[in-house]
Amino acid sequence: MTIAIRLDAPATMPLRFSPPIGGLAGTSFKHEHLAAILAEGPQRGFFEVHAENYMGAGGAPHRALEAMRRDHPLSLHGVCMSIGGPRALDRTHLARFRGLVARYQPALVSEHLAWSTHETGFFNDLLPLPYTAATFQHVCDHIDEVQETIRRPILLENPSTYVAFATSTMSETDFIRSVADRTGCGLLLDINNVFVTATNHGFAALEYLADFPLSRVGEIHLAGHAEQSDDEGDPLLIDSHDGPVADAVWKLFEIVIQRRGPVPTLIEWDSSIPDWPVLKAEAARAQAILDRAHAAAVSDDRHAA
Amino acid sequence: MPPEPSTSYAAAIAPALLDPTRAVPTVVIGPNGKATEKRFGVYRNNVTVSLIEALAAIYAAVLRITGNDFFRAMARFYIRSSPPRSPLLFEYGRDFPAFIKRYEYAQSLPWLADVARVERAWLDAYHAADAVPLAPHALARIAPERLASLVFAAHPATRLVRSPYSAVTIFAANRSAEPVGRIDASTPEDALITRPDVEVVVRQLPPGGAIFISCLMAGCPLGEAAAMALKQAPTFDIAANIAGLIEAGAFTSIAPATFGDGR
Ligand SMILES: [Fe+2]
Repeated sequence: MTIAIRLDAPATMPLRFSPPIGGLAGTSFKHEHLAAILAEGPQRGFFEVHAENYMGAGGAPHRALEAMRRDHPLSLHGVCMSIGGPRALDRTHLARFRGLVARYQPALVSEHLAWSTHETGFFNDLLPLPYTAATFQHVCDHIDEVQETIRRPILLENPSTYVAFATSTMSETDFIRSVADRTGCGLLLDINNVFVTATNHGFAALEYLADFPLSRVGEIHLAGHAEQSDDEGDPLLIDSHDGPVADAVWKLFEIVIQRRGPVPTLIEWDSSIPDWPVLKAEAARAQAILDRAHAAAVSDDRHAA
Repeated sequence: MPPEPSTSYAAAIAPALLDPTRAVPTVVIGPNGKATEKRFGVYRNNVTVSLIEALAAIYAAVLRITGNDFFRAMARFYIRSSPPRSPLLFEYGRDFPAFIKRYEYAQSLPWLADVARVERAWLDAYHAADAVPLAPHALARIAPERLASLVFAAHPATRLVRSPYSAVTIFAANRSAEPVGRIDASTPEDALITRPDVEVVVRQLPPGGAIFISCLMAGCPLGEAAAMALKQAPTFDIAANIAGLIEAGAFTSIAPATFGDGR
């Protein structure tokens, strides 16, 4: 690699170990909520940001992120790495990503099973890929490269999709399990994406979850979706992140947590962003489910002793 | 070994994302034989709409001036002609002002491109590297006979936008939530954009001010920059201008000019 990587750790960012994130609910961090969050002081919960929004040199975004990171665990969520693309990763982008990981020492680092760049064009969406031996190979190569560059494992997120590929030779869950086995990456299970994809492709979300390697899940995403219709007039769900989590997704979340135990869980809300108390209330609902599962696990431990 | 067909999925999908006249790529299918028009349309829509939103966030005053429908139509044309190359959306739209200048339907708003240039400079200043600005009293310690030979280092956020129109006034009026009254667009205005800490500040420069700071930013000594400004604006107040620029946070340091650079 010919790229010079700078590890920026400015004096304003005292390096501190991240507060523990296990069993916590968190929210997307949006700048419009900064004042409300800081006014409340340190709170139980974590914040997730899109890495690309903090790839500028300085200014308000970094000042806000430093303020959040000082008292809360941080989750760094990459959106544009194009892990699922057939082309080599963008080394400049990877170096920027590494710089952010080094600077903010996030508790969680994640990326998507999708692509957004091809040749020189950037499409600003999470685009789908077929699941084949060839795509398996380049997804694993890309994850190896990311993990070697940032010197830690990432969590790979399952996508929401609207189309499939005739060339696919394995199921998404088999593909994801094999990638995790091969690369040692963890998984980010987006339960809304599961529900959206299952509906759009006409299978049961519970079947998908039964096949999903839950033991490798290091984070869960919950989000709202919108409903449109496909060419045949059947429901086509859109992963819109613009509203509250659907009841069906809450139900699936409870089932997953019962099986898996408490896992850091994020309420993703990226557009039509509500006031902070609304977002906070969604996170509190997830936290209550996580806490119940934690209490049950502790009581199981006592009975077993 | 020829590439497996599956490696070409991105090459098949990418050209159809921004071009609605292209057919849905045949590599994608619907479940159980379902059609792909609306399904693939979700991706097409996500790409275009998210890029329009990105431009709308950067060019908020242009959006307010033109209205939503005009802006979205203009942005759609622009996105097709200049799709982003970088995954950093705050870098997108650098040539949007130049596009606006050429855009057929914006010809009746000749100042619109300059308002966009101010907005672009605003965002660049917002994301620029942090640096401590020159202290207000920095010049007080310099012996008067050495002042003319001082050179100034610009703060990483400092930007200058010159316009033959009232671009600064129009920008300021349309970036606030207040109602906009009538503005005479024909007064030439120069914008100085600075960010001494985290807040970006846009100021209008007095006559001669733009040539003065552009000389200083290019590395000319103070005396030379002042002479240029006076030539253009005989009433140019050197002391007030340099104090104003320092107070605005336009510079980070001063140094005596080095000999032998031809000045
Ligand atoms: Fe997600």
